[in-house]
Amino acid sequence: MADLVSHPDEVKVVSRRFGMGATNLDRYLEMDGYKAVQKALGMGAEAIVNEVKNSGLRGRGGAGFSTGLKWSFVPKQAPKPKYVLCNGDESEPGTCKDRLIFEHDPHAVIEGVIIAGLAVGSHTGYIYVRGEYRYLLDIMQKAIADAYARGFLGKNIFGSGCDFDIYWHGGAGAYEVGEESALMESLEGKRGIPRIRPPFPAVVGLWGGPTVINNAETLASVPHIILGGAEWYANLGPPKNGGTRLFCLSGHLKRPGVYELPMGYNLRKMIFEVAGGIPSGRALKAVVPGGSSTPVLKSDEIDIGMDFDSVAKAGSMLGSGGVVVLDETTCIVKFALRTMKFYQHESCGWCIPCREGTDWLKKTLIRFHSGGGVKKDIDNMYYLSENMLGRTFCPLGDAAAMPTMAFIKKFRQEFEDHLDGKPCPFEKAGAAVMV
Amino acid sequence: MADVNITVDGKKVTAPAGTLLIEACKSVGIEVPSFCYYPNLSLQGACRMCLVKIEKMPKLQTACTTVIGEGMIVTTDSDEVHQARKGMVELLLGNHPLDCPVCDAGGECELQDMTFSYGAAESKYMEPKNHKEEQQWSPVVYFDRPRCILCYRCVRVCGEGMDVWALGVQNRGVGSIIAPNKEDHLECEECGMCIDICPVGALTSGAYRYKTRPWEMTHVGTTCTHCADGCKTTLGVRRSESGMEIVRGDNRDKSGINGDFLCIKGRYAFDFANREDRLTQPLIRKDGQLAPSTWEEAFELIGKRFREAREQHGGQAIGVVGSNRTTNEENYLLQKFARVVLQTNNIDHHRTADFPALAAALKGKPGSTASMRDVFHAPAILLIGNDPTEQHPLLAWQIRNNVRLHRAKLYVVNSADIKLRRQAAAFLQIPAGTEGRFAAFLAGDDSAAEGLGPVAGANAGESPAATQNQQTTLGGFREQVRGEQNLVIIFGAEIRGGDIASLVKFGSGVAGAKLLCLADYANSRGAADMGLYPDLLPGYHPITDSGKFHEEWGGVPQAPGLTLPEMVESARSGKLKALYVVGANPVGRFAIDPFVFSQSFVVVQDMFLTETTALADVVLPAANAYEKSGTFTNTCGDLQLVKKAGEVSGSKSDFEMIVRIADAMGADVHKLVPFGRGTTADMGQSRGAQSGEADRHAVWLEAHGLEPKMSPFDPTAILDEIQRLVPGYEVSRLNLVAGSDQHTALVGIATGAAQDPKLIAPATDNLFSSGTLGRYSRTLNSVMENHSRQPVESEVAAD
Amino acid sequence: MRFSDQFEQRFAEMLTHYPTKRSVLVPTLLYAQDETGYLSDEVIEELASRLELTALDVRNVISYYSMLTTKPRGKYNVQVCTNIACMLRGGEELLQHCEKKLGIGHKGTTPDGLFSLEEVECIGGCSWAPAAQVNYDFHENLTTEKMDRVLEGYAKKVTA
Ligand SMILES: Cc1cc2nc3c(=O)[nH]c(=O)nc-3n(C[C@H](O)[C@H](O)[C@H](O)COP(=O)(O)O)c2cc1C
Ligand code: SF4
Ligand code: FES
Repeated sequence: MADLVSHPDEVKVVSRRFGMGATNLDRYLEMDGYKAVQKALGMGAEAIVNEVKNSGLRGRGGAGFSTGLKWSFVPKQAPKPKYVLCNGDESEPGTCKDRLIFEHDPHAVIEGVIIAGLAVGSHTGYIYVRGEYRYLLDIMQKAIADAYARGFLGKNIFGSGCDFDIYWHGGAGAYEVGEESALMESLEGKRGIPRIRPPFPAVVGLWGGPTVINNAETLASVPHIILGGAEWYANLGPPKNGGTRLFCLSGHLKRPGVYELPMGYNLRKMIFEVAGGIPSGRALKAVVPGGSSTPVLKSDEIDIGMDFDSVAKAGSMLGSGGVVVLDETTCIVKFALRTMKFYQHESCGWCIPCREGTDWLKKTLIRFHSGGGVKKDIDNMYYLSENMLGRTFCPLGDAAAMPTMAFIKKFRQEFEDHLDGKPCPFEKAGAAVMV
Repeated sequence: MADVNITVDGKKVTAPAGTLLIEACKSVGIEVPSFCYYPNLSLQGACRMCLVKIEKMPKLQTACTTVIGEGMIVTTDSDEVHQARKGMVELLLGNHPLDCPVCDAGGECELQDMTFSYGAAESKYMEPKNHKEEQQWSPVVYFDRPRCILCYRCVRVCGEGMDVWALGVQNRGVGSIIAPNKEDHLECEECGMCIDICPVGALTSGAYRYKTRPWEMTHVGTTCTHCADGCKTTLGVRRSESGMEIVRGDNRDKSGINGDFLCIKGRYAFDFANREDRLTQPLIRKDGQLAPSTWEEAFELIGKRFREAREQHGGQAIGVVGSNRTTNEENYLLQKFARVVLQTNNIDHHRTADFPALAAALKGKPGSTASMRDVFHAPAILLIGNDPTEQHPLLAWQIRNNVRLHRAKLYVVNSADIKLRRQAAAFLQIPAGTEGRFAAFLAGDDSAAEGLGPVAGANAGESPAATQNQQTTLGGFREQVRGEQNLVIIFGAEIRGGDIASLVKFGSGVAGAKLLCLADYANSRGAADMGLYPDLLPGYHPITDSGKFHEEWGGVPQAPGLTLPEMVESARSGKLKALYVVGANPVGRFAIDPFVFSQSFVVVQDMFLTETTALADVVLPAANAYEKSGTFTNTCGDLQLVKKAGEVSGSKSDFEMIVRIADAMGADVHKLVPFGRGTTADMGQSRGAQSGEADRHAVWLEAHGLEPKMSPFDPTAILDEIQRLVPGYEVSRLNLVAGSDQHTALVGIATGAAQDPKLIAPATDNLFSSGTLGRYSRTLNSVMENHSRQPVESEVAAD
Repeated sequence: MRFSDQFEQRFAEMLTHYPTKRSVLVPTLLYAQDETGYLSDEVIEELASRLELTALDVRNVISYYSMLTTKPRGKYNVQVCTNIACMLRGGEELLQHCEKKLGIGHKGTTPDGLFSLEEVECIGGCSWAPAAQVNYDFHENLTTEKMDRVLEGYAKKVTA
């Protein structure tokens, strides 16, 4: 459904089969389909884990944790069944990549789930797709049914003697459910409230059994690693940041879209070359590099490689791969307000700092943006964010606090320009203030 | 478990592995603040008040969810930690109404205290607070969302603690709200635990709200007067026009046998005491009508008529009916008065359990009864008959929480699908009326098994053991229970007489087994223990073997007296010339034809006009158990203090009235109540805020059980005698007076004369009824009416 | 309470996917809502009893998820994203346009019951912003004119 784009700099790994009809199982098989699973079946759990570890694959869900390492935390013996859970809840503003994977290459996700299962000794996988993506759930459902029909799933897959089941599961609208422990709660039929950790999901997860949770893109990368080898994959990106990433370029761009680029690809190039730069000859103001929860970068901070470590060094995060580009006509206060409105709406409400903090920040920003701000509000908002940071029950609170602090720190002047009843300097004449 | 060593604020702390950091800190006197943490409820980590610094961890950690680890170095009071907590309080106050001056919780509010400690009162926000109208969820539960801090204690205590699950959380984010199970109202057991556990004033009690300020009440810890479980309750009393009014019942004192628990009756149903239709003057029948009189006139008349009856017709022409709700001292005194002054053994009470049979069966088996605390700690429990959820709310709480927290094995045998089945590892459904046969079967009589079936399978609950039990056979069940250790065998009034002996026999085959017999009223056990029987003296001494009582009292009539039904018959035939009813309503309870007593002189002591007072010649206005001092024995045999809290002027304690009647009959009061021998008490002159106020002072003394034994109306003088003469009651007076429960052993004296099991009539009270008292409790009545209400459509959707 | 055969089939199948009954709750609620328009008391009671939950439990879950509703809404639920990526490309103007065009606000329903309008959070259309969903259909790279055509298309579906 969504338009595909392309650029010569792209290195197509995960997106290799996009637009090629791979939802059809026969087409998929023609394009190396299910070879990785068959190879993995012959490798043994430890070898799979090592291969993934050495590939430098880091979680594409946002935190960038080493996937192989995560798998190695799952105990070999467990009294309860182990599970693989594919996180397809994709809800971080600015992110629209898992959607393409489900749409164009659902069997790659299935393969990834099976391989993860082989790696940790699990026989059951769940693929959780956010509720809004109903059409993708239907595609996934069909893909799973097709795989069962061929014996790729179910009893004795590929005649290996190994059983593996995969079930699809749909959400019903909640960003917080993307958080791994809230995801498990949701899958168990409950409100999406995160769980207390420790114990971590790798030890006590779904229905109390050890559970590996990975993002859909992470899992879709795995078959390629198995087939192409760890070394090949690792070398696509800089050290410790193996492979490629689906970058979702959005905002004030000539050619927004989802591009698969090697890890470490230069952000400036990404904006100005790959996505064609900013329309109407306007100047760049800022970039949100990894989804709405990542601290904003100013226009002079974008000469960085887009990999986990480099972006972290620049004071932000690679996050979910959602690159949102803001041109000079954007009001940062308005942008901060819209960001906060999201977190306020999506906070699960479990813990005090996130529940109350997002609400006060939103309220204050509404008043502030509409000209009712006073000087102490700026420091208050910063202070409030500081009081949330690192103290909430789950990282959603951080996700709300971090960008807010960055907006204030980096664009303080713009906040001050809104003070004392002044109209928003960016508001087009006559346009209503919308929140 | 092995011990773990940690360091907290430089102090070395050692605690068992698995201990939560917050508890480890508490054990050395370091209080880590918390809202959502509550001992024995599941962990939440939601309020973030308990954040502490743990070395080597980048972020602050919640002490409430962190399990201590060897070598952990913890800081609980650095600037960073302090700021984190201050920040949380500020965030909470942002949306908090700050209506402390009119909030019920003002002065007892954890948020207030926390604000005081962290100095977060300065408001940083200019925005209006989120508002939501207060809701009434039931006659007794009100909810004020803006005050709620979402600690989820109420949700957990209702679900995990009560197994009622009537509260939930709806919406999300700042719109999150605690919601009742029927959209706009509650349908639950109305225990009010949610109100008690709420750290702020979000949940308030319909019975108490806006009545007073916490600091304007005197708080008296006493024992509940409703069912036979004997919860410790704290009554808040305040001076009123007619004396001292009870305005609140709650659970401030968690040290009692009930810990956190109180049921609806204990919490709200003290209001019978405040009714305006309480009797406050003696009444004498003149020209067929009960008319007010003076106390002197009344006592004189009673004294004269009782003396005449005794002198002209002998003691056997007088009947006495005692109470299940008067104190041990009163019951003891009453039967002593009957036997020594009235010279009759015609004394009985409304029997709700067969304690004499249990006492007889336990002869030679000391230490075989279970206390209420045992029920919370026993590794296995067998429950036969009864429905504790309805009739013994505390017992049900103890059982449930023992299963939940200690994984005790519960075996339930019942004719109905009772709620406790949910906790049972195995459940047997047997036909009603076969409980006794089941006891016989347990004791080894296989022939008794016939007719016990069909055996409804076990609880399909969570535990694999339960599912496995699906095929349980009677024999398998018996084997399984027999294999337990330290089993507590609890049985209801379905089991009486010889069947109790069977249970005791079965119990003696199980290592460490103890028994618990369920009776119905606050002091039913006390009434039995104190000898309100025509054929048993205190401590179940057969009347035929009155030995030490004979000596002490200088004579006890030898022939067994009449039971209650026999008294009725005797009255019908014109032989019973006088009837003395203390704190009972036999006419109402047993539907006795009122004309039966038309030829008897009937004296009734009660709080209200009842079916029995309707035929009385003299009615004396009585104080209730919240208005006097003494002791109660709960159904397990746990002895506890009853302390004076309220007072309605114009009424007198039953104790005083008995003494006055004895005096009016010309008896030697000093012999009846051996007062003036003992203790000189702390007269309390120096009691700080209480000093100089005579009535408060008296309340204080009585509330602390320190009445000087210099008056003939002092029950402690009788307690001395009880402790001396009643086997099993030789418990520590010091602990008792200090407010602890003391388990009295049930010591069988003799196999004794078999009681007629038919004399036992269970009260069939449920959670919302409480005999005659219940009828006069507005709260209980309004809750009952409310429970037939239809749900109303309302809005709960999220944004 | 009757659901479609397809619902019953899927419900029965899903129950076999999990070790606990309750696990089917979230997707099942959405499928039920797709059939009945909203989650009425009747639907809630029905699903609660099927899954051995209390109605309270079910309501707690419903109220958590933003796609689930206990109130009726229009046949076509127009969900306009105004989150950051869409906002930068006119998402808010698009929403305003829809408000004017349909004569209803956020969470409103047209008097004929045809359309409801909702301002929603990021729906994963960032690179094709501004984006909107009508029921489950995505519409992307929208302009006000394109939006008009989209709405007309749905209106026609009914009359056709
Ligand atoms: C508030 C919040 C929302 C999240 N949403 C998503 C999501 O939509 N998709 C996702 O894959 N991971 C999401 N995550 C990250 C997951 O918790 C988890 O780290 C991830 O699924 C692990 O997979 P990975 O290691 O492959 O990245 C979210 C985390 C938080 C704290
Ligand atoms: S930070 Fe707290 S309130 Fe926020 S989403 Fe996480 S647990 Fe819920
Ligand atoms: S007490 Fe630890 S988070 Fe509330």
